[in-house]
Amino acid sequence: MSAEKKRVPAVEGWFTLDPEKPQLLGTRCTSCQSYFFPKESLYCRNPACAGTEFAEVPLSRTGRIWSFTNAGYQPPPPYVPADPFVPFAIAAVELEEERMVVLGQVAAGTGVEDLSVGMEVELVLETLYEDDASEYLVWKWKPVAH
Amino acid sequence: MAKDVAILGVGMHPWGKWGKNFVEYGIRACRDALADAGLEWKDVDFVSGAETIRNGYPGFVSGATFAQALGWSGARVSSAYSACASGATAMSTARAHILAGICDVALVVGADTTPKGFLAPTSGDRPDDPDWLRFRLLGATNPTYFGLYARRRMDLYGATEKDFAKVKVKNSRHGLTNPNARYRKAFSEEDVLNSPIVADPLRLLEICATSDGAAAVVLSSLEYARKRTSDPVRIAAISTVTPTYPNTVIEMPNFGTDSAHSVGLPKAPFRDSIAAAAYEEAGLGPEDLNLAEVYDLSAALELDWYENIGLCKPGEAERLLNAGETTLGGKVPVNPSGGLACFGEAVPAQAIAQVCELTWQLRGAAGERQVEGARVGLTVNQGLFGHGSSILVKK
Ligand SMILES: [Zn+2]
Repeated sequence: MSAEKKRVPAVEGWFTLDPEKPQLLGTRCTSCQSYFFPKESLYCRNPACAGTEFAEVPLSRTGRIWSFTNAGYQPPPPYVPADPFVPFAIAAVELEEERMVVLGQVAAGTGVEDLSVGMEVELVLETLYEDDASEYLVWKWKPVAH
Repeated sequence: MAKDVAILGVGMHPWGKWGKNFVEYGIRACRDALADAGLEWKDVDFVSGAETIRNGYPGFVSGATFAQALGWSGARVSSAYSACASGATAMSTARAHILAGICDVALVVGADTTPKGFLAPTSGDRPDDPDWLRFRLLGATNPTYFGLYARRRMDLYGATEKDFAKVKVKNSRHGLTNPNARYRKAFSEEDVLNSPIVADPLRLLEICATSDGAAAVVLSSLEYARKRTSDPVRIAAISTVTPTYPNTVIEMPNFGTDSAHSVGLPKAPFRDSIAAAAYEEAGLGPEDLNLAEVYDLSAALELDWYENIGLCKPGEAERLLNAGETTLGGKVPVNPSGGLACFGEAVPAQAIAQVCELTWQLRGAAGERQVEGARVGLTVNQGLFGHGSSILVKK
């Protein structure tokens, strides 16, 4: 974890790189106002809407856990595991305004024993994997400290 | 009635980890199904293959691969892929050909040879493919999604780890004497609860493995069947529905659900709509069922299916299980074959295997796992990327 490494997103354009208050980036149909994540930018997927114009929008950076689980075994490629593999939790989080559920790993150090359905979580950025030149960042959910 | 087709023959290659070419398994299943039907390969007008994506080009064009292996006969051909639902799609194509009068006799076949461990996306960098990305960015395997549903069930309905273990125990007993099952061992609750966590709260013995295997059925028009048998088992409905927008339940391989912000919640969740379409097509309902084969990718998911196919109301599945109603001898036995718990998943063959089991059951030929007096059975299954699959079989 050398400080000189470049911090780059593991996937381009899915989230802001604000180190304090990152947000997922979705789109919103300008006709029916439906949200999409990952971004939809060609044709609105609401079958009752003929919209073809979309605005990029940051999504709510907090939500409530719809459900959660963990990875007890190392996932196969293309996942790039830490060596040795460290089990991690995954949460499906309900965003109130957008009325959608978005998956994400749970921040390092938080296991399923620390989670419950309905718990409030916020979006953070953490390193997913790294190589000699860069740290590749991804969004994760982290319980909100109260 | 007008939409019924006859099941003249069924055949399977036993599930396992045999390490052979998938074609070998498929041919065995085809030959058994043809022999069971009392037909020869040259009697088949249409071959409908369910595809395997892990066995190269021959797997993608499985219909033709099997037609060639059985000996080119000039039969028409089709191959279908819809993940776990591929077998139902292949059967639906065959049925449509029969009902349209394009063919009299169709052979439907699916076979797979699987690698060890988790089902993973096909190799190569594909950052535009959500199935590739979910592994890359989330490390989200198939059991990840099963774990989410199981935890949700515990939170909503108070399901316990013990309930999930009981599903596995039941299925392991059902499949004990099934000659086509891969795992024939009666597990105890303790065995299950002592197995390691794969995707909390689900344990190794509660998550289906991947298997090699093959299944085939021979379908025909009722008119053709009447010349050969007086009372054939029939397919009364095949549902291959997709979700309706917005699909608000997180599903493989997605990162998120549709948004209900502008359109509100759907009338029914996707999984409820799958069997509903089959019931509607057949003019039957859950009260008519004598048995069901449901897709128990996890022990907890089997409980979800009880509710999705209308055996009980949401939240009542644990009561049904614990009352023994879904055990052999109960009101509506579920997975008398032993289900995925005893088979492991051979993706393109699985929806076809479900129909093989119902056929044996409705003929009264299921041996020690026979459901007494079975006349109506339902299969249900779901393939990732939005493939519903439900087949209603009746005598
Ligand atoms: Zn729209």
